[in-house]
Amino acid sequence: MADTRTITVTVNGNAYQREVETRMTLVDFLRHELNLTGTHVGCEHGVCGACTVLVGGTSARACLMLAVQCDGQEVTTVESLAAGDKLNPLQQAFQDNHGLQCGFCTPGMLMTLTEFLRDHPDPTETEVREVLSGNLCRCTGYQGIVAAALDAAKRMREGA
Amino acid sequence: MKPAPFIYHDPCTLADATHLLATHENARVLAGGQSLMPMMNFRYVMPDHLIDLNKVGELAYLRFEGGLLHVGAMTRQRDLEFSSEVGRRCPILRAALDHVGHRQTRNRGTVGGSLCHLDPSAELVNVTALLGGTLHAMSRRGKRDIAFSEFAPAYMTTSLAPDELLAGITLPLPQSSHGYAFVEFARRRGDFAIVACAVLIELDRNGSIEKAAISLSGLGHAPVRPALIEQGLQGQKPDAAAFKAAAMEAAKLDATTDAYVTAVYRQHLARVLTYRALEQAAARALEKTHG
Repeated sequence: MADTRTITVTVNGNAYQREVETRMTLVDFLRHELNLTGTHVGCEHGVCGACTVLVGGTSARACLMLAVQCDGQEVTTVESLAAGDKLNPLQQAFQDNHGLQCGFCTPGMLMTLTEFLRDHPDPTETEVREVLSGNLCRCTGYQGIVAAALDAAKRMREGA
Repeated sequence: MKPAPFIYHDPCTLADATHLLATHENARVLAGGQSLMPMMNFRYVMPDHLIDLNKVGELAYLRFEGGLLHVGAMTRQRDLEFSSEVGRRCPILRAALDHVGHRQTRNRGTVGGSLCHLDPSAELVNVTALLGGTLHAMSRRGKRDIAFSEFAPAYMTTSLAPDELLAGITLPLPQSSHGYAFVEFARRRGDFAIVACAVLIELDRNGSIEKAAISLSGLGHAPVRPALIEQGLQGQKPDAAAFKAAAMEAAKLDATTDAYVTAVYRQHLARVLTYRALEQAAARALEKTHG
């Protein structure tokens, strides 16, 4: 008999109630139960950062949390960033600075930087590189991503 | 869905958690999940019962009391990292945390989880050895204090009994005039180090070394406190000659070879990192004495 629980998780402001197996990871819950496929599954052991989401406002690896651990919590995913077709300043800065190529790592990059730029609105390049050490990208060589993060910080400070 | 099936328990009190642990076969305790969850996803670890401590509020605390820092096993690494009092009174901890994983993993990762996972070069394990910490085990049978020197008998194996969990640790705080350094060599930022060296130095009124503590991790299964090197530094002037002599001795410590790194290379790193750490720690101690 599978061990299941009924949980209620608020994702991007919407409350969802589902019965899930207790061994289901948060990232599989988002993708398979809620069809929120913006959050990507990469390594499934906490190394690549592609599945990064915010849980209660702080960044976490969604592959290293169980969905049951998010019962009653607020989860924020990459789907929350754009308003319809209008990209938010961070996403726009990624597009303008060639901060992505294949795009697989991008949701994790964006969520890591969403938390970081909220707490550090005027970061140095070193600080940006440090915080991005937890997100792997195999296309860009990171230059465009770092440029995008710094550009986004500037735009957000200027109220873009 | 990667982990093998298990029965999930989420107790809210320490008493319930130790009861569950004592009464279930093949049970594992889940803290921040930054090490156990990958092992479960890989199915290296397949517990029948998973006891999640994340709701046990009494295991998350951070207190300064009588020259000691008390830290709960479920205290997040980020809470230590962002505590200004930790930064002021025990800056070696913050310096070590700077090398622990990444922001996302420190947000979830706990102090107790790192200590119980017991990776040979885990930074928090190294600093617990450096400060001579005491670990507080808890079971239904009661509380048991374990000195760090008794905590790590073998590779990634603690001396906790099957029915015991780690409730917290106590770290003696160094003198306020101490100098500190944490240096390591890792392949990538945030990786476990190949070798890491942590140092505390206290100077006397004449500017000589009154006390030196050195902790080297990555050489063997647990951090090493080279007592002879520490004692050899006592009474010496904190200069390049003294540090070089200490570093040469560090290169003679036992080290293991694995599939990636030879013992000789680890000993080379022990020499280089010991020198750098002593130099940095002494410079900080001098700043405090003269600044």
